[in-house]
Amino acid sequence: MLQVLLLTFSAVTIAHAELCKPDAQNAFKVRLSIKTALGDNAYAWDTNEEYLFKAMMAFSMRRYSSKTTTQISNVLLCNVTDRVSFWFVVTDSTKNTTVPGSEVEAAIRMNRNRINNAFLLSDKTLQFLKIPSTLAPPVEPSTPVWLIVFGVVLCLIVAGIVFLVVAGIQQRKKKNKESTERENLEEKGEATITIENGIPCETLDLKAGHINGVFSADDERFTSL
Amino acid sequence: MCLLIRLVIKKLDRNWQACLHLSLPSEPGWRGGRGAGRAPAGGRQDGAAAVSARQQEMEKARPLWDNPVQFVFACISYAVGLGNVWRFPYLCQMYGGGGFLIPYFIMLIVEGMPLLYLELAVGQRMRQGSIGAWKIISPYLCGVGVASVVVSFFLSMYYNVINAWAFWYLFHSFQDPLPWATCPLNSNRTGYEEECEKTSSTQYFWYRQTLNISPSLETSGAVQWEQALCLTLAWLVVYLCILRGTESTGKVVYVTASLPYCVLIIYLIRGLTLHGAVNGLIYMFTPKLEQLSNPKAWISAATQIFFSLGLGFGSLIAFASYNEPSNNCERHAIIVSLINSATSIFASIVTFSIYGFKATFNYESCINRVILLLLNAFDLEEGSLTADNLNEMKDYLMAAHPQEYAQLLPQLKNCSLEAELDTAVQGTGLAFIVYSEAIKNMEVSQLYSVLYFVMLLMLGIGSMLGNTAAILTPLTDSKLIASRFPKEVISGVVCFVNCIIGLIFTMEAGNYWFDIFNDYAATLSLLLIVLVETIAVCYIYGLRRFEKDLHTMIGRKPNWYWKVMWAFASPLLIISLFIFYLTDYILTGTLQYQAWDATQGQLVTKDYPGYALAVIGLLVASSTMCIPLGALVTFVRKRLKRERVSTVA
Repeated sequence: MLQVLLLTFSAVTIAHAELCKPDAQNAFKVRLSIKTALGDNAYAWDTNEEYLFKAMMAFSMRRYSSKTTTQISNVLLCNVTDRVSFWFVVTDSTKNTTVPGSEVEAAIRMNRNRINNAFLLSDKTLQFLKIPSTLAPPVEPSTPVWLIVFGVVLCLIVAGIVFLVVAGIQQRKKKNKESTERENLEEKGEATITIENGIPCETLDLKAGHINGVFSADDERFTSL
Repeated sequence: MCLLIRLVIKKLDRNWQACLHLSLPSEPGWRGGRGAGRAPAGGRQDGAAAVSARQQEMEKARPLWDNPVQFVFACISYAVGLGNVWRFPYLCQMYGGGGFLIPYFIMLIVEGMPLLYLELAVGQRMRQGSIGAWKIISPYLCGVGVASVVVSFFLSMYYNVINAWAFWYLFHSFQDPLPWATCPLNSNRTGYEEECEKTSSTQYFWYRQTLNISPSLETSGAVQWEQALCLTLAWLVVYLCILRGTESTGKVVYVTASLPYCVLIIYLIRGLTLHGAVNGLIYMFTPKLEQLSNPKAWISAATQIFFSLGLGFGSLIAFASYNEPSNNCERHAIIVSLINSATSIFASIVTFSIYGFKATFNYESCINRVILLLLNAFDLEEGSLTADNLNEMKDYLMAAHPQEYAQLLPQLKNCSLEAELDTAVQGTGLAFIVYSEAIKNMEVSQLYSVLYFVMLLMLGIGSMLGNTAAILTPLTDSKLIASRFPKEVISGVVCFVNCIIGLIFTMEAGNYWFDIFNDYAATLSLLLIVLVETIAVCYIYGLRRFEKDLHTMIGRKPNWYWKVMWAFASPLLIISLFIFYLTDYILTGTLQYQAWDATQGQLVTKDYPGYALAVIGLLVASSTMCIPLGALVTFVRKRLKRERVSTVA
């Protein structure tokens, strides 16, 4: 009796060993980078974590094809290294073969987020080497941001230009009016003028009224009249 | 009472202008009335009749800067441009690091300061734009002024495209994450775009999303509407600043001159505190003095000083013509040239700390990649391979698992910090690719990005103000045009024409045309123009007479240093530069350019097609030929006039 048991036990383990080995059919390699992801909070990879992994795989298979009853014992792990990386297969207890890789892949894709969160990892730190993850699309707002900023700046600049042009036109109109007034006055005007009051000529600048030329003169340089 | 005061002011005005006439015979009519050649020194005794006759001209007086500070700021804003930021650091790196400063300062003293002083003095003395000023010196030299205007026109055509690019990057800096930080995804979202994978995300953003560059010059492609919009905006900004002449320009230059320094200081502090910045600084400042024996170092120093100060475009003459005649342009020339050089060095400190940061970052990423590769291939425990024990572990693995290691070997790059630092970049590549790559790795990258591109904009717009002033001042000085159209309309037309022509640079092949203009439009022509200018002032106008004019304006004669430089050193230097460039062009044979190959993800060298070479020839010829043509036209005109006079008599 014991011998029969031993024989069946070894047969099962051998069969399992046959099913799960590196590059076996329908086997997947998994690689975890726990220290990179969690730094000081990294947990050690031990048999409990392996049990959780098997549970997650069984859970994924159940969710994917809700009719099958995949047990934790159906998930086989092998070749666990220090990296942490290992191979796994999902067996089908009814037929005693492995579940096709496409099904396993589809199941994992469907539940990738749940699997990642169970281990506090992400797509980059929990890698299924034959299953590339689809990258999240970038968030695209309806109007590109740059057009909004461009519009704001454009409006400001155009407003500035219009303001300056209009101010210039008004100024010119005022100047024309003033010069005609002055000419009229001149025709009536007389000749008693005081000139020079001792003010050097160069100290008067053309923008009369803004600067008091007397006090801003740099006197040494200029010849006074 | 008010009437009396108004009359008093008017008479004082007239008398001041009379004084101006008597002390400085600088008005345009002065020479024309005396015929060609030198006018007698006794021209000061104009007489009251001539004064009153010219009062009508002087009623519409020349606009002036509000104060000398505006003038200095305008010159600084013009001279300190993008070249200080993206060309000087490159030259420093290529020609011996700290040792490059020696030829740089020697050239500054021999070439930079004297020529700058010369241009400012000419402008301030003649009080005209470049065409008028050279016409006063000698009527046969009006071609020099025209050549300056043509070169400025070419420059303003392509220079504003840089501002358009800066606007583009600025507007894209308001996103999180920055768009050049990551590659976009490919169509089925399994990975990144192929082109982006081969190069880096910053290069992809520049070549594909900004320029959308075509594989060669021949395939022109369509106008990129986004770039065209940014170019239009850039021209509108320039128009806003030059709209009212010195009135508006004078206020704008306060901002464009000082803001870049604020940003550079912020970047200096940020740059020096970055991880790995010290590597870049050490690399830059260790002088490699053996480079001093390389003639290219000296020539590059001379060229850099020459082009950095913006001599020969006519902008400095235009700016100085709006000065008070008594302005101390000697002091200002020294100040501007020293500030320009100091800014170059300051900017290169910032650039090299950024380089150091980027190189260290890339080096560490490379090391991490190698470590990950080895960990994954040999299933080693995480953390067993670090940067320190990498080499020993590599040897151990090579011994322990030779076959797998040999398979892995082609992927294991040798990471080297030196190689990263050695990638010397200049021009738009430095400004838009290298800097944006460094910025994306900083914290709060949006803020630094905005600051940086605002600084680029200020530098670019400051230089554009000078360029457009060089074009507009002769136009507004000429009675023909200025009497018919107001200033705003002339500025508007110039901006509009430049904008339309500038659309060429927004096409897919636009960057190649940009490189053509950048390399050939201004280089040879400027050397010739400045050479003719120096010779004209020293030998045709006469150094003695120039001395006397300066004495009248500033109050003291220029000392022997200035005279020696003007008469001998600078012309000789420019002639040698000119000869060097000509021989260089002739010896290289066919001219080539760098084209972006999307399939490989890098630049490749190609030959220019025939029509591009024709355009290059046209660019150079159209500006240099103005000088002899101008002389010829004047000569012919005088002959005709003399014949007409003689037949009448």
